[in-house]
Amino acid sequence: MRHLLAIEGLSPRVIGDLLNLAESYALLNRSGKTQRDRLRGRTLINLFFEDSTRTRTSFELAGKRLGADVINMSVSTSSVKKGETLLDTAATLNAMQTDLLVVRHDQSGAPNLLAQKVEAAVINAGDGMHEHPTQALLDALTIRRHRGKLEGLTIAICGDVAHSRVARSNIHLLNAMGSTVRVVGPPTLMPSSIAALGVSVFHDMAAGLEGADVVMMLRLQKERMSRNLLPSSREYFRFFGLDAQKLAYAKPDALVMHPGPMNRGVEIDSAIADDPTHSVISEQVEMGVAVRMAVLDMLARPPAAGAVGGRH
Amino acid sequence: MDGMMNATLRDTVVLGARVIDPASGHDTIADVLIQQGRIADIGLGQGAPEGAERVEGQDSVLCPGLIDLRVQLGEPGREDRETIKSVTRAAAAGGITSLCALPDSAPATDDPALVRALIARGEETGSLSILPYGAVTRGCAGEQMAELGLLREAGAIGFTDGGRPIGPARLMRLVLSYTCGFGGIVVQHPEDRSLADGGCATEGELATRLGLPAIPAAAEAIQVARDIALARLTGGRLHFAHVSTGAALDLIRAARAEGLRITCDTAPPYFDLNEIAIGEFRTYAKLSPPLRAEADRRAVIAGLADGTIDAIASDHQPRDADDKRLPFALASAGGTGLVTLLPITLAQVHGGTLSLLRALELLTAGPARLLGLETGRIAKGAPADLCLFHPDRAWKVEAGKLPGKAQNTPFDGRAVEGRVTGTWKAGRRVFG
Repeated sequence: MRHLLAIEGLSPRVIGDLLNLAESYALLNRSGKTQRDRLRGRTLINLFFEDSTRTRTSFELAGKRLGADVINMSVSTSSVKKGETLLDTAATLNAMQTDLLVVRHDQSGAPNLLAQKVEAAVINAGDGMHEHPTQALLDALTIRRHRGKLEGLTIAICGDVAHSRVARSNIHLLNAMGSTVRVVGPPTLMPSSIAALGVSVFHDMAAGLEGADVVMMLRLQKERMSRNLLPSSREYFRFFGLDAQKLAYAKPDALVMHPGPMNRGVEIDSAIADDPTHSVISEQVEMGVAVRMAVLDMLARPPAAGAVGGRH
Repeated sequence: MDGMMNATLRDTVVLGARVIDPASGHDTIADVLIQQGRIADIGLGQGAPEGAERVEGQDSVLCPGLIDLRVQLGEPGREDRETIKSVTRAAAAGGITSLCALPDSAPATDDPALVRALIARGEETGSLSILPYGAVTRGCAGEQMAELGLLREAGAIGFTDGGRPIGPARLMRLVLSYTCGFGGIVVQHPEDRSLADGGCATEGELATRLGLPAIPAAAEAIQVARDIALARLTGGRLHFAHVSTGAALDLIRAARAEGLRITCDTAPPYFDLNEIAIGEFRTYAKLSPPLRAEADRRAVIAGLADGTIDAIASDHQPRDADDKRLPFALASAGGTGLVTLLPITLAQVHGGTLSLLRALELLTAGPARLLGLETGRIAKGAPADLCLFHPDRAWKVEAGKLPGKAQNTPFDGRAVEGRVTGTWKAGRRVFG
């Protein structure tokens, strides 16, 4: 595996290998031990064109636990507007002899563009509305730890699917692993032809959550209201916010997930988010570090025959 | 100027080419004699006059020089992308002898002096007629009507705001109505802006997978439907540029059947490529309007064959590497097209969907008729704007190796058949 740019195109075998490795790192992390020799002498740069404290911290911790030298670079959009292009940045990074490059960007495809120009292995930490591969991996790992498998489970992804890279990566991953995927949300937040990605589409939480093993909530950005995609956050919460009443449509032991940061009272009721019998939201954060350790470890290995890098 | 140049011109005779004149439908093997910048004779076996230059035309086609309805020059304002000099080189290599220059330059062609300057710059090249469009609105900003009558008087060939749609219905109504007074043609970029703004790919499965802000294909038909209604209301002369969807073509077909004076063109990407070309975020395939679904590509071919589409324009939009080496949504839309205009059109002939006569009509007599030009035909006495090409000779389109400055072709890597071997402007050989 040369880069991790997308889940789309990864084989179930590669996904399974990553999850198994991440599982072992999860155990290691809980035991309090480290493996600082794995990436000793390697340089990891967190290149964030979009603010995200939690994802950046998660990658930083993952790199440090494996012994890499971790550097955080926040590139504000203003300096990009001053004329420094993505490719100028790539040239700089090449000169610094970076081994691993974690990229977050508000534009779909930006990590693909960087991957063409840098010598480092590129890890997509979220690009526009395209993909967020490590989020899907950590979600899958969390589910697998609770259910023992992904195959045969029914997973409802709810909310702003149209603008969500988390939804896209999860759809690709869960489909590859044999889950049944539903998307639930108002039509204005559903991307065109989403069913072609292998999901069933619901516009009603009762039907969409019926018998679901996992309810995955997505963050709703305030901007959606100003752009007339929705009338108000109050109305959104009424029909699509996850509360006890709506959760009751799912299986009694359904897991509740959220990629964070949550808008409490908009897409999820605080009582549900904090309910330990359903919510695995904190565990998602924990698995995030383990999954990122697995990805860094895998990408830092010398190239082997049959390398895979996703569709891109 | 004319006389001075012609005085230095040698007579030329092109021998034994397949001479195709789409304006008259003639398609014969003949010798064509060029004297004093005009076609002096067409026939067989008269031989060449003493001292005439002889050009062997066997196995080649001689057709009128191509007339390109849509070209962004880069001048004035973006000489870093393309200059009149570099456009001239690329046009000659593509068999193009006249081109219509889009007005969305910097400054925009909203002043009669600029129209005159562009025409003069074309004449200076000696190889290319530049036919400038005038801006519909000042600065192509979509607000205040430009001095359309004065632009027309200065020689503007028609009116358009280039890549920007004429948005408000009232403005379009007034422009169509006002230009009726002197017979001007209004060229619309048919795209409803409220649906298209911020979008960079056609809405559908691919854009969803790539996570790109999308434009529904219906944005085109919606604008076309409104403008047809306004043309009906005003009697204005309306032309739709780079039509790319079946729904829009159906509306245009019906409007013409009704007797409205509505015409349209398309560009090679819309009948040769579909949206799959943008897969993997290929910014060289980012165009405006965006590439469409396969069904629309097929509908465009049907429109070319059945006469709904009047012309094929290159829609040449020069961009430099920095305009394109960006994340897809931020990259500048547009592709070069001068050198590929003929061969990509010929691919439809080789593929059996268009006759050679019809294909060449779309590149010569079609646009000439639309604009009321004297060129675009091979007839005794007509200006000797000519293109000689070998219809089967294969070559590969390679960005970086094309004539002209801008290299942002959406056809990079494409194998094509059909190579221009000679271009004449007013009897003077300018290529080959």
